[in-house]
Amino acid sequence: MGAGPAGAAAALTAARAGASVVLLERGPFPGSKNVYGGVVYGRVLDEVLPRWWEEVPVQRWVTRRSTMVLTETQALTVDFRTVAWGEAPYNGCTTFRSDFDSWLAGKAVEAGAQLVTSTVATGLIREGGTVVGVRTDRPDGDLRAKVVIAADGVNSFLAKELGLLPSTDAAHLTLGVKEVLSLPREVIDERFGVRGDEGVDVEILGCTRGIPGGGFVYTNKETVSVGVVVSLEHLTAAKVRPEELIADLKAHPAIAPWVRGAEVKEYAAHLIPEGGYDHFPTLHADGLLVAGDAAGMCLAAGIWLEGVNFAIGSGLAAGRAAAAAAQTGADLASYRKDLESTFVLQDHKRLRKAPGLVLSPRVQGQYPGLIADLVEGMFTVTNPTPKPGVVRLLRAAANKHGVKLRHLAVDALAGGRTFR
Amino acid sequence: MSEAIPLTPISSYRGIGFDDRMDTVEFRVAERAHIVVDSDICRSCTTKACVTACPANLFAPTSDGGILFNYEQCFECGTCYQVCNSEGALSWTYPDGGYGVVFRQG
Repeated sequence: MGAGPAGAAAALTAARAGASVVLLERGPFPGSKNVYGGVVYGRVLDEVLPRWWEEVPVQRWVTRRSTMVLTETQALTVDFRTVAWGEAPYNGCTTFRSDFDSWLAGKAVEAGAQLVTSTVATGLIREGGTVVGVRTDRPDGDLRAKVVIAADGVNSFLAKELGLLPSTDAAHLTLGVKEVLSLPREVIDERFGVRGDEGVDVEILGCTRGIPGGGFVYTNKETVSVGVVVSLEHLTAAKVRPEELIADLKAHPAIAPWVRGAEVKEYAAHLIPEGGYDHFPTLHADGLLVAGDAAGMCLAAGIWLEGVNFAIGSGLAAGRAAAAAAQTGADLASYRKDLESTFVLQDHKRLRKAPGLVLSPRVQGQYPGLIADLVEGMFTVTNPTPKPGVVRLLRAAANKHGVKLRHLAVDALAGGRTFR
Repeated sequence: MSEAIPLTPISSYRGIGFDDRMDTVEFRVAERAHIVVDSDICRSCTTKACVTACPANLFAPTSDGGILFNYEQCFECGTCYQVCNSEGALSWTYPDGGYGVVFRQG
């Protein structure tokens, strides 16, 4: 259920394993309901679609990855670029989900799955405790199946119907809002220092008025996408309208020169499940598997922000488990074991403390200013007064932002443990 | 029907007007409203979180303490029901198949 990356990947592996597969999509085409925040990392596709990079509908290959810390008047950027990511087998690309998701669903169709669009799965059909199909909003639209895969996104009403997901969970959701801004290709190349099909992804901390979250800027062929992602709970408490945060970001002295004169081509919003490993739903029930955003698979670990690849990884495993269950009556519990043997659960487990740390008040509210002031102090030449020394500057910056040195030590240790 | 209180900051925030912003998005509007609000319940709500959080600005407070809403230009993100803290005030389903928002560059 759902022809996003998780559902399409599941349909692909299940169909290849010889199962009879229907891939249901509520939108008019795959990707029409979907929004993401920057980069699709396609390495996960190597095992099922060799040389996928020759046909994936790419906007730009990301060869430049920046991490930026902002205050209202300052910006500190760690900017990495490599030629390697601009060559096969590549690392990550920017794309439009209408293109990417349609392409991946097309691969499932080539493998034998039947794609049915413009159809909502309105509920589960259950016999005893077992899921045996879904109801749809088509006339006579009941669809019976040996296994249902709920890849129906962050709001997964199918998983909620079984109580696998809480009906509301604002504490572990973020809201992403995004503008796609049109600019001529050569202007993008010039402003971002790239050429050809090279692209840039910038992830930003400290641009959200103290609301836990962050921002992003990434390049497409002839558009630049700019957005912010904020804790739903804290956004609500702050009573700030989400589009104002994008406007703030676009007006920042470090961002404004990139987007000057650009026109909004599309505005979009989507929820993101960012709770991580400790807030995953139960991943399977009798007759049902949960994959992708429905299973909370987005990895929001500060320096690593990934989702589409985790959706695909979980989908591939769900398709395998479903086919085995349909054909040989194998236990669906093999799905979780399969995921535990791959990056999907290993990365999430390793980084289970990251969402909490990254969204903590000090990291969000105090450290951006502290770091920016420290660096400003280091590079401000105070002649004839001699250089003050880094330790003194650090003390002063920490003091100014209300951070005790023992907090710094505690968080450095926590950071070391979280990202070990 | 009670009158909506105009939300001035939204229409004029930095550069692009809110209506122009929403005009960039394709919506295939269904006949059936997929959001239903019980304004009687909203009247006792003190936070009205949906009003500021909804990225499509679909919810407007009315002078008598209720909520006026519109389902037509909805991103289907789910923010409104996730932040709603008045049991039963808001019911939310997906629009009928093929209808609703169509993102081209999401």
